[in-house]
Amino acid sequence: MTAKVITITSGKGGVGKTTATANIGVALAATGKKVVCIDGDIGLRNLDVVMGLENRIVYDLVDVVEGRCRLRQALIRDKRLPELYLIPAAQTRDKSAVSPTDMIRLADDLRPDFDLILIDSPAGIERGFRNAIAPANQVIVITNPEVSAVRDADRIIGMIEAEEKGPARLIINRIKPKMVQRGDMLSVNDVLELLAIDLIGLVPDDDDVVSSTNRGSPVAMDGKNKAGQAFRDIARRLSGEQVPFPNLEEESGIFARLARWIRREEE
Amino acid sequence: MSSFLDRLLNREPKSAEQAKERLKLVLIHDRTDLTPSEMAALKDELIAVISRHIEIDPTAVKIEMSHEGREQRLIADIPLRPIRRRRVY
Repeated sequence: MTAKVITITSGKGGVGKTTATANIGVALAATGKKVVCIDGDIGLRNLDVVMGLENRIVYDLVDVVEGRCRLRQALIRDKRLPELYLIPAAQTRDKSAVSPTDMIRLADDLRPDFDLILIDSPAGIERGFRNAIAPANQVIVITNPEVSAVRDADRIIGMIEAEEKGPARLIINRIKPKMVQRGDMLSVNDVLELLAIDLIGLVPDDDDVVSSTNRGSPVAMDGKNKAGQAFRDIARRLSGEQVPFPNLEEESGIFARLARWIRREEE
Repeated sequence: MSSFLDRLLNREPKSAEQAKERLKLVLIHDRTDLTPSEMAALKDELIAVISRHIEIDPTAVKIEMSHEGREQRLIADIPLRPIRRRRVY
């Protein structure tokens, strides 16, 4: 096996990087791929709790880099999905504990044993971000349909291109169809027009993401959930399948449809 | 750009529309790292250089950023002054 390294980043914090990493990891592992998720957020680790593996940490990323343990010892295996692994971040250190070269070496050591390596990037444009994209074969930018998240996504897309890691692909997370219909939230097309990169996923805003994270069981493990379905679709697209994007903005009411029709006539 | 319905009901453009318009402008500046005053300085210098070679109308010069996808382009529109013909007898 020669794993493909996929880094998930966003610029802005709180848009759903960690949740997306955990869920895409779960969805890929559920299809039989051997996946390792790496928490790149040294000092502010969270991928462990989102995946529900926080009680099983013995060694972390910095221990591996500094030679205190062997790579295999830092790999935590998810018992629910035997093909899913986590390398947690160190909590008591900061981003300077690891360099881009360390991350490239780590990825090279993991590549023969996995199909996919997912790296959860920290927010920001500094060292932690550079560490996270250094070994990437593919970068995914995640954003929300909000001005600050879109602006930061644009900045990070530019930096990914400058580092010759582009073209990045986009996940739009936390879409609220009702607000889009009302004209109070940027639509998928608005965001795509502004950022001008290819889409890889549309994730609706879903309360179940919060409750499943509370339980430490990523929503993609729930076969019926809508957000979970969105993450499973992303996993399939990453595996090269053509999966159509659902229309999350379908207008249902008669008045909404009428308004849309009048708007279309104008164009 | 307000829609027909908005104008009909005399209401403010939708917030999403405002977000999009504001982002368009913000992103142009974010992507180029060029402040409006730096843009103005660039324009003045361009006018000075070009005027040395050819007669132009400095007040009509327009310089702007355009973008197609993620590609940025600096577009300068520089109208020339009509050449005064020498009379030949």
